[in-house]
Amino acid sequence: MAEPLAEIWVYLSATPLLFLTLTLLVYQGAYWIYRRAGFHPLLNPVALSIVMLVALLRWTGTPYDTYFGGAQFVHFLLGPATVALAVPLHAQLGKLKHALWPICAALLAGAVTALVSAVGVAWALGASDLTLLSIAPKSVTTPIAMGIVERLGGLPSLTAVLVVSTGIIGAVGGKYVLDALRITDHGVRGFALGTAAHGIGTARAFQESEEAGAFSGLAMGLCGLVTAVLFPLGVWLVRALS
Amino acid sequence: MIAALTVLLVYQLVGEVVVVALRLPVPGPVVGMALLFVTLIARGGVAEDLRQTATGLLRHLSLLFVPAGVGVMAHLSRLTHEWLPITISLVLSTLATVAVTAIVMRALLARRPPGQ
Repeated sequence: MAEPLAEIWVYLSATPLLFLTLTLLVYQGAYWIYRRAGFHPLLNPVALSIVMLVALLRWTGTPYDTYFGGAQFVHFLLGPATVALAVPLHAQLGKLKHALWPICAALLAGAVTALVSAVGVAWALGASDLTLLSIAPKSVTTPIAMGIVERLGGLPSLTAVLVVSTGIIGAVGGKYVLDALRITDHGVRGFALGTAAHGIGTARAFQESEEAGAFSGLAMGLCGLVTAVLFPLGVWLVRALS
Repeated sequence: MIAALTVLLVYQLVGEVVVVALRLPVPGPVVGMALLFVTLIARGGVAEDLRQTATGLLRHLSLLFVPAGVGVMAHLSRLTHEWLPITISLVLSTLATVAVTAIVMRALLARRPPGQ
């Protein structure tokens, strides 16, 4: 970079403004591309944004902590957004009451599948213990997964990355799996996306329909609850047996 | 919008307090969501202001995951070292979870009479 420009950059990167604004700008750009491509699942805006931001940070030699100093304001909104999921959920109350038992069973099946298959496959392929611990709650929304892993001695920041990757994989590939299985019910589609791919799956489900989004949000919250209870139990069991 | 945002933050705060006080293994916002859900059922409706703010926040839910995702750059060495087990595990497990959840739910829904 040219000398004066570099000086301005150094000055700006010391305040939260620069990286907060860049995060929003890059996301808007990624979303614009996504929309122009007719919401093609492969051009997931989260994945695009992350790639562009990482490239930018590496090019400018900015450490992640400096970036997060600004981006944390966006990150913080995950909390209120999680609470806000109660609103679309309430709108689906009637359908929810009707499908209570199928929801509980599907949730349990999904949460156990997510946990066991993630750890099982990674273990079979020789991943380290720390990676196994950090990958287990990958289908759960970031704040929950990070909280669980932190308590059990894993790497919360690695978990965050794995959780986001999972969300992207679910949002990108979930549609094809559901189409192949000929799942047409929007409630079922949303619920499966939310169980497997938390908030990013939910964001994707909202693009299919309001109903899919609400069920996805429900699944995301419930899957977080179930995993928060199941996973520490599982770790305790494994440690007691070995 | 400010009133609605305040409501969301208050529920989150109450959720955090409940989690700490009762030592629940769940994060505060999830408890906050459950409490707000119960409140909405008890009230029998959602205020227009809250509905709009919630919809606005959730429409761009995926933006909120970007800062955590950029954290990938802090773990590049572990990820490049173990990329194969991690990638295969994430892809297989995520798609299997979508399939299992959808199949179980559809099968159970089909067994009950249609209609509300």
